[in-house]
Amino acid sequence: MYEIRLHSRGGQGGVTAAKLIALASFRDGKYATAAPFYGAERRGAPIISFIRIDDKPIKVYSQIHNPDLIVVLDPSILDLVNVFEGLKPDGKVLINAPDIPKKAEGYQVQHVDLTGIALKTNLVVAGSPILNTPVIGALAKMGLFSRESAAAAIKEMFSDERNLKAALMAYEELV
Amino acid sequence: MTLSIKLSLFIIAYKRVQIVMSGTSASEYIWKCTSACAGCSSSLILRHVLKAAGPDTVLVVPACCTSVLQGVWPNTSFNIPVYNVAFAAAAAVASGMAAAFESMGKNTNVIAYAGDGGTVDIGIQALSGALERGTNFLYICYDNEAYGNTGMQRSGSTPLGARTTTTPGGKTHVKKDLDRIIAAHHLPYMATACSAYPQDLVKKVEKALSIKGPKFMHILAPCPPGWRYDASQTIEVGKMAVKTGIWAMYEREYDSLTLSGPTKAAMIKPAPLEDYLKMQGRFSSITEDTIRVIRGEIERNLRHLKAEAEGTC
Amino acid sequence: MLTVSTGNNAVAAAVRQANPAVVAAYPITPQTEIVEQIANYVTNGSLKSKYIPVESEHSAMAACIGASITGVRTFTATSSHGLLYMHEMVNWAAGARLPIVMANVNRALGPGWNVWAEHTDALQARDTGWLQVYVSTVQEAYDATLMAFRIAEDRRVYLPVMINLDGFALSHISQQLEESPAGDFIPPLVLDHAIQTDAPAGYGCMTSSADYFRIRYDIERSMRDSVQVIKETEEAFAQTFGRKYSWTEEYRCEDADVLILAMGTLGKEAEVAVDILRNEGVKAGSMRVRWIRPFPELNLGNRELVVIDRNYSFGFGGILATSIRAKTGKECYNVIAGLGGQEVTYHDIAGFVRDRRIGEEFWFGVDA
Repeated sequence: MYEIRLHSRGGQGGVTAAKLIALASFRDGKYATAAPFYGAERRGAPIISFIRIDDKPIKVYSQIHNPDLIVVLDPSILDLVNVFEGLKPDGKVLINAPDIPKKAEGYQVQHVDLTGIALKTNLVVAGSPILNTPVIGALAKMGLFSRESAAAAIKEMFSDERNLKAALMAYEELV
Repeated sequence: MTLSIKLSLFIIAYKRVQIVMSGTSASEYIWKCTSACAGCSSSLILRHVLKAAGPDTVLVVPACCTSVLQGVWPNTSFNIPVYNVAFAAAAAVASGMAAAFESMGKNTNVIAYAGDGGTVDIGIQALSGALERGTNFLYICYDNEAYGNTGMQRSGSTPLGARTTTTPGGKTHVKKDLDRIIAAHHLPYMATACSAYPQDLVKKVEKALSIKGPKFMHILAPCPPGWRYDASQTIEVGKMAVKTGIWAMYEREYDSLTLSGPTKAAMIKPAPLEDYLKMQGRFSSITEDTIRVIRGEIERNLRHLKAEAEGTC
Repeated sequence: MLTVSTGNNAVAAAVRQANPAVVAAYPITPQTEIVEQIANYVTNGSLKSKYIPVESEHSAMAACIGASITGVRTFTATSSHGLLYMHEMVNWAAGARLPIVMANVNRALGPGWNVWAEHTDALQARDTGWLQVYVSTVQEAYDATLMAFRIAEDRRVYLPVMINLDGFALSHISQQLEESPAGDFIPPLVLDHAIQTDAPAGYGCMTSSADYFRIRYDIERSMRDSVQVIKETEEAFAQTFGRKYSWTEEYRCEDADVLILAMGTLGKEAEVAVDILRNEGVKAGSMRVRWIRPFPELNLGNRELVVIDRNYSFGFGGILATSIRAKTGKECYNVIAGLGGQEVTYHDIAGFVRDRRIGEEFWFGVDA
């Protein structure tokens, strides 16, 4: 079983990102669960989503304590929360950032400027750049699921073509 | 700049002198660690309500955004006793508390502080009963025109045409006229106010708390996630509500109505309703027909209020 | 159609298949997505129900009662305090013999306010005459909702059915869902005692002490008859859709020495604990209890029992454990865990089994 912990802020689409990861994994023929962990639900507050992917049905509902992968959609969360807590020794990190933030040094980090991509593709709603569809492209490049399944999942949930465009850009630009 | 002026400025800056809005107390009862959204009207309103009420006050808070604002056990960000109660029960709990303080000879302010859902819908039975029995308390309804705490579902206070999660095509029923329902109870004092006019709000709360018996205030509370506007615009949206006349501010003492200044101005020269509606994503799919109906309602309401103020009806 | 869905959305999707004429509901966390999705379906025309956004839960059940007695299919959903607020009308619905279906998203009771999973809310309604089933996956939430309508509306039953799903732990998580079209699995509702203006009758009027008890006995008789109806419905469901359900879900119980009994998602996570224990040489099995009313015959045999109660009856004990003791005489190790969404992992569950002391009660997080 592959376990992912996704850190975002309320209103950034972290919960939807988790669903997309589950959907893409599912389209790849795997089983997947996505669970948001709500504290005080409000815009701007740091939130966590748990995603599990496996070849057999997943029976675990409790929190992920030792993730294989940590995804950080908003790098400012690094100043508030120890996002790396419990990360497996060979675990990986994906951060939305143009460069690797200082706090992430020493970990196996990959990064991509999702915010920049969202702005470039005009994937902005009510002033906020959309990060949840672009991140799927980056995760596909990391091998979480196939490119085709990622695209299928995005198309299933969102009709606006900018989402797929941004995801493909993230796929290409992942460092 | 002379040395003494420079020194005074330095001392002021060093002591971080608090800028206090004229007409309000310098005391703070809501600390800077609430769980409120950016741009939240409720915490803004409550901050000023408590400045007016002072420390000899107990808040009765039913399920609403304010239940969550306080924070999570074992901490609270409110420096005032708060009794959190079940959704339907605010006015009934406040009745019991008011009677108890009276039996002890205490003058403690009992303020029920509830959202529109807990007032207009599930809370109206208890509220009507408490008012009819002449309960000595102040009931404040802060109105963000939806069930905010549970994710912006429609309430009886949601206006016509507004999108909520349970009225995705826009609400097809008009906003319940809570104020005239309350007026039918012939209270010694009721008032409407808006988070964008805090000095007016403070004056009204002070007036209310100086009177014995049942008092009611209905305060418009623009809400960034619910009404879909940028969090920095809460004051502008509130002011526009009053300027267009869609939100009228006034006081009633028994059956005598006094219009508040900004509403008098709105009656003379109302701002275009569209200016208010276009600020908010929840009205993005409102039709011309609906706008016409709302405009008609505004005109009718203001006409009635004017006549009431002039004593001609 | 195979997709990914949350527990709440799965319930809403099943309701759309059942096509109730009236849905009356009031929002409460964590049920809100059920009513929002139904509102979406009604707005986009894929569900033709009349949706009444009532002003409280008491009114939600009252409105369902008013609709149901005319002979139409009805649905509502609630949670925790909402269920408590409608308690009078919950009793009324069963007493009035109305086949109302309700989804309850299990949530703890205040004070203090807590929106996370706990079963005490629905279990407090166990005496009301409602049938109650507890689900543990998104697919099961969908399937149980479809079956609920058929069971409730069976002439031998005519009792309301509550489907329980864990707040946040199931309501808000996304899992696989096969959104099977109901087809004619749910026959049209025929309510024999529906109001008919051409055959006027008084409903629920004053009843003397000489007669009242007969009405209550009738409810119990139907509750007993529902056992057969549930069995038939679950068998028909397996035949039609290929997914099997029963009173409990058993995992590695055949040769087990010790059974873990629980409801909801904990009952599913217990299966992971079973695998861990089996690797240690402990012959554990998991028996997830689905139906709580009518209370099922449990295939307990001679095994030791570890019963996890995500609920409590003050001054008495965990409700599942004490029910088992009342029905079978069997003692168990009663673990009180998961209250208010307290985290309970498969490691913890395996620990409960290893540390079991039959006949004792263990409050997880409090007792040592």
